[in-house]
Amino acid sequence: MLGLNKKDSTLLLIVAVLALLAPFILNPFPEGSSLAQFNAGYPDLMQRFVIFGIFAIGFNILFGLTGYLSFGHAAFLGVGSYAAIWMMKLLTLNVIPAIVMSIIVAGLFALVVGFVSLRRSGIYFSILTLAFAQMSYALAYSVLTPITGGETGLQLKATDRPLLSNLAEGEIGRASLFGVDMRTSFELAVGDWLWTFNMGYYIAAVVMLIAFYVSMRIFRSPFGMMLRAVKSNQQRMNYTGLNSKPYTLAAFVISGMYAGLAGGLMVAMDTQVGPERMFWTASGEVVLMTILGGAGTLIGPVLGAGLIKYMENIISKINSGILHEWFAFLPDGLEDALVFMVYPFIGKGWHLTLGIVFMLVVIFLPGGLVEGGQRIARLFRKKKADTPSDKDPEHHPKPTPHVAE
Amino acid sequence: MTKSNLTRRGMLKTGAVAGAGLAMPTIFTGASWAGSHTGFTNAPQGSTVTLGFNVPQSGPYADEGADELRAYELAVEHLNGGGDGGMIPTFSSKTLDGTGILGKKVEYVTGDTQTKSDAARASARSMIEKDGAIMITGGSSSGVAVAVQALCQEAGVIFMAGLTHSNDTTGKDRKANGFRHFFNSYMSGAALAPILADAYGTDRKAYHLTADYNWGYTTEQAVRESTEAMGWETVNTVLTPLTQTDFSSYIAPVLQSGADVLVLNHYGGNMVNSLTNAVQFGLREATANGKQFEIVVPLYSRLMARGAGENVKGIFGSTNWHWSLQDEGSQAFTRSFGTKYGFPPSQAAHTCYVQTLLYADAVNRAGSFNPCAVVEALEDFEFDGLGNGKTLYRGADHQCFKDVLVVKGKENPDGPYDLLEIVEVTPVEQVTYAPDHPNFGGAEASLGSCNPGA
Repeated sequence: MLGLNKKDSTLLLIVAVLALLAPFILNPFPEGSSLAQFNAGYPDLMQRFVIFGIFAIGFNILFGLTGYLSFGHAAFLGVGSYAAIWMMKLLTLNVIPAIVMSIIVAGLFALVVGFVSLRRSGIYFSILTLAFAQMSYALAYSVLTPITGGETGLQLKATDRPLLSNLAEGEIGRASLFGVDMRTSFELAVGDWLWTFNMGYYIAAVVMLIAFYVSMRIFRSPFGMMLRAVKSNQQRMNYTGLNSKPYTLAAFVISGMYAGLAGGLMVAMDTQVGPERMFWTASGEVVLMTILGGAGTLIGPVLGAGLIKYMENIISKINSGILHEWFAFLPDGLEDALVFMVYPFIGKGWHLTLGIVFMLVVIFLPGGLVEGGQRIARLFRKKKADTPSDKDPEHHPKPTPHVAE
Repeated sequence: MTKSNLTRRGMLKTGAVAGAGLAMPTIFTGASWAGSHTGFTNAPQGSTVTLGFNVPQSGPYADEGADELRAYELAVEHLNGGGDGGMIPTFSSKTLDGTGILGKKVEYVTGDTQTKSDAARASARSMIEKDGAIMITGGSSSGVAVAVQALCQEAGVIFMAGLTHSNDTTGKDRKANGFRHFFNSYMSGAALAPILADAYGTDRKAYHLTADYNWGYTTEQAVRESTEAMGWETVNTVLTPLTQTDFSSYIAPVLQSGADVLVLNHYGGNMVNSLTNAVQFGLREATANGKQFEIVVPLYSRLMARGAGENVKGIFGSTNWHWSLQDEGSQAFTRSFGTKYGFPPSQAAHTCYVQTLLYADAVNRAGSFNPCAVVEALEDFEFDGLGNGKTLYRGADHQCFKDVLVVKGKENPDGPYDLLEIVEVTPVEQVTYAPDHPNFGGAEASLGSCNPGA
């Protein structure tokens, strides 16, 4: 299907179904129950899941395939966002030109940054990209205040009169797709459950599916193979007479364009930009997402993005009052003790929880969440067949003895 | 089917109860945040109403955020009739009676802004979309305040700003659904200038170090304009990066510049570091132009004073409120905050507590949670007894006008919370400005119209 092999088509189909049914999947608990705290099926978070999914997919094209660790990817996200909001302020409130512009601008910026940074590899490359990103952040925060709005950022204002829109006097523009407001929602209530289907989310989800498909084609193409070759041994590649720079630069620009796309979508969903979007922690976050999910895998970065955004938005909102409610059925002393023990991990402690999860994943599942899934799948398969069919049972290669032994 | 315990979402479910498993879609077009047919976003159903407390729990202003959250919890307790009532008895409007807001018990949700506008908006949106919050309040920086205020305007809920001092919040970025009780840069400048003239004379040369972002710019402008109006001369203004931690290289040229006053337009950690550096360089003991060299810090907070320690002694600045104020309201608030948490509240805690009470009272007076009714009730509302004396919520820009405190670092503090002493209370007339003042967006700035969401 669509030039994909059977396995990839299945994966794409699964992702499409998951994205389509996300409002159901993310809202498994009935309203008003004490577990409703863990529901994530509201428009803002669903949009963030797919947008950061796109960001991580793009990052993975660079990091997962070529092994070049960029520590400044948030800069492209931010540049894309600024481009998108200016398109909305000046040209039209339709999101398509804004998103196209954000991809173009981020791509051009990535070309410049990549051209300079890719002269080095390894840690020097990471530091160079980090420097560029921090420079962009500092510029946006202060020096370029007339263009970026500085600390307070940019929003659509009542004084904005986009060229191709007919706003009433004093009306604040809203992002739309050919007149359909991004915030339009449809709510479905069955019994105690309530599901929200949001226009903006579905647009972002469709874009995410396209982005996912494109990344799949890149992974399976000769170009993708070349990038993998860069990762496994760039020196050998150079010795064979191949110039790897155009390949890495292309990968860098493509992944910058993905970041720009994510930035443009963020503006389309929520029309505001602030410079913190380019801060180094934002760049670090996408690295975490990719590693957490599984670098170099197709679906991994999306899973990682989902997990981190879930933590950030759901765990951080649990406060001590809610904890007391949960443990209210226990005797007083025990309740307080439990709350005392759990409290450091919720609310402002969500970073701590995330850190622990990250450590556990890196230590026990070096391949990320995807490896976890594979292990579980293997467990089930073993139960069925009970014989290791994929490995030669007679052949037991011993690890090479250590020199000191 | 009993209607006794309906929630906002509960309302939506009523149509579907009859047929088990039978879906009965409820369709809303247009702005989706309208969650109910009552005419505005998140209209409270049932016996409770949910407020959203969006404060920095991590990041550089986490301490202030923690103090704000304490104040909010105290305010909710008082609104629901718990504790000693705090400022409710001293508040000039008497609609609050400990039965919540409009008879509905007050509940709250909390979120972490991380002092980032993206995170703050995500957190506020989840409060609005998921938890059904009718009002969002909090924040400890102007960037966040402006971002969340714009969001609340779009979503059709009320935003009661927490600590935000930049002119822009009620200046060029003012919004009909947003309100600020805290004072601003302009007021700091206007309040400080006469006191500085009294203390240091009108023939002074000032050197400004300014944090390189919006708040720094507006504060520098305010202090420069009001001191120049009294005859001071501004020798030089230098922008310092926000991430700077060592200001030695910025302070070294000050003494050679011919200036005799150093104005530090810094906040938080920036101010702690720059002031410490300045004192270490001996500026306090230096003389220039035959006069004693002086340092001024336009915006003080207790947390900053604590960070800078000994160095704040005798240094002038302004503050929105201080717990040592002797009026009835301040005393009542300090008492109930102190009883609950064991130490006096900060100015951030005070403004957040007052904002919550003001909102609750406005809803009671309006008789409705509808944001437009609340806006109408708050606009040009005059009140007293909330710690700052007679105060006006001006309708033209939704900024509170009240007396401003000029403080200085105490020479002999008793204990870790007694660091500032009040020098003078600048009367409100002196800090009032026209709504279309050029520093506040000029004639172009407008509130727009209130947005109820639906």
